[in-house]
Amino acid sequence: MQSVSSPSIKVDNVSITYRTAYEKIPTLRTTLLRLGRREKLVREIEAVKDVSFAVEKGTVLGVVGANGAGKSTLVRTIAGILPPTEGRVEVLGRVSTLLALGVGFNRELSGRENVILGGLAAGLHKEELEEKYDEIVDFAELGEFMDLPMRAYSSGMYGRLAFSVAIHMDPDILLIDEALSVGDAKFRRKSFQRMRDLCAEDRTIVLVSHAFGSIRDLCHQAVWMNKGHMEMWGEANQVVDAYRDFLGVNEDRTDKEDL
Amino acid sequence: MSTTSAEESKAKGAIAAEREALEEGHLLPQANRDDEYGERHVYLPHKVGLPPMGHYLDLVWKRREFALELSRTTMRAKHFDTAFGQLWLLLNPLLLGLVYFLLVDLIRHHPRPLSFFAHLLGGLFLYQVLQTAATEGSNSVVRGGGLILNTAFPRTLLPLASVATSFKRFVPTMIIFFIIHFAAGGGLALEMLWGFPIVVMVTVFSAGVAMFCGAAQVYFRDLSSFLPYLLRIWMYISPILYYWKDVPAHIRHWLLLNPMSSMLASWSQVLNQEKAPDPNLMLIGTAWAIFALIAGALFFISRERDFAVRI
Repeated sequence: MQSVSSPSIKVDNVSITYRTAYEKIPTLRTTLLRLGRREKLVREIEAVKDVSFAVEKGTVLGVVGANGAGKSTLVRTIAGILPPTEGRVEVLGRVSTLLALGVGFNRELSGRENVILGGLAAGLHKEELEEKYDEIVDFAELGEFMDLPMRAYSSGMYGRLAFSVAIHMDPDILLIDEALSVGDAKFRRKSFQRMRDLCAEDRTIVLVSHAFGSIRDLCHQAVWMNKGHMEMWGEANQVVDAYRDFLGVNEDRTDKEDL
Repeated sequence: MSTTSAEESKAKGAIAAEREALEEGHLLPQANRDDEYGERHVYLPHKVGLPPMGHYLDLVWKRREFALELSRTTMRAKHFDTAFGQLWLLLNPLLLGLVYFLLVDLIRHHPRPLSFFAHLLGGLFLYQVLQTAATEGSNSVVRGGGLILNTAFPRTLLPLASVATSFKRFVPTMIIFFIIHFAAGGGLALEMLWGFPIVVMVTVFSAGVAMFCGAAQVYFRDLSSFLPYLLRIWMYISPILYYWKDVPAHIRHWLLLNPMSSMLASWSQVLNQEKAPDPNLMLIGTAWAIFALIAGALFFISRERDFAVRI
């Protein structure tokens, strides 16, 4: 599995624990009331426990696992959004993320404004963004919608724009979290093709997905996460087989549902 | 894949050593050391604590465009780029000033001259830099939730964008001030140039307050609902509705505990009395501004990695 080239993502013994409050919206009022009652409503969540793997350049790594297995947390740590509690993550190259929330920064702002702001926050310059802007819009097929506030977008349009932005950021590493189920069959095919192109250019992709078909189709390797532990790391088809056997589901049916 | 405990502790030792090197600045996480890749990121454990500051400030500077664009977009979303939006930006503070002027005039029973109105407006407009920065800044992080969950960037840019907005809203109000100032018989003097460092002082101070409020709002979401009351009280204990020289001496040193007192007192001396500010007041104001900026930034930056799980 190890080749001579240095891996573009290296995850060493990473554990991620975070504290979160039970209450949905923390307020000073409830905090003061709680102090009076000497209650503590903080829960520690061990999202990822001692996970190690590496991704070579030009590889697509699939991440599978049940809801709450720590997949999204792991991807956020690779993106540098959440710090690891233990261990070390090393990433070589520019990272572009397409996480569960997409580009939706502010739904009141137009698609154009969201694209520019998201790109600037990701570290691109305005000139670069203006250069790529038409390409982004073309790929997302959103032409006349770009100046409408994003709250007017359908979820498919939303997802298409998010995907288009992520792949046009010229990433060395692309992190995609459960975002491929949006968009119609035509757009899916287009985005699959685009990801294969990126791979051919020696870019690295990490893809979190519940769709076995996408993982088998696109990924070279896969990681199976189960309750924060890494259950398996290996060749994509083998990992998906093992995970499917573990779930005991009929693959054909789930695949049709994905489409 | 199992490692012996000896190997594990060795690995942990290596991580600690690298962390030390990072903190001492020997090893920049993003140094262009690899020709093949433009960027190299190393993420190591840290809960509450400061990242290497040199590198952090470098990242903030590189993404200043984002803060400016965010401020521009926020202004545009409120239609402040249209003609009526601009007019409202001028009318709103003027009307507010008028309300306060009528209020203090009625209470006093002795009509005040127009020059007092000029003093009141000048103080009110400068105070609004703090007011807008604190209000907008407190919401900046929570409102930026989607972006915080999706992108790694220095979060200080969010409250700093609010400060930029607040400053941009302040600049046109000075037109109104000067109209009233001249109408009240005021003139222009070289000493009025002292106004520039005072504006810088207030802006820097506001940046510190905005960062503090932005981080605090993540933990206490009701902060923004009682912030307006705090800011209103803060305004009353600042020399806006009265002259600093009218404050009785025994209260004065108490009022100096309010950072805005020294800045607004100097401001009025410079703009309304057209003379150089009291150096003591200027020193106190500068000290407050620097203190607020450093304290606010340290508080915010030490907390910002926690934001992604709190939002």
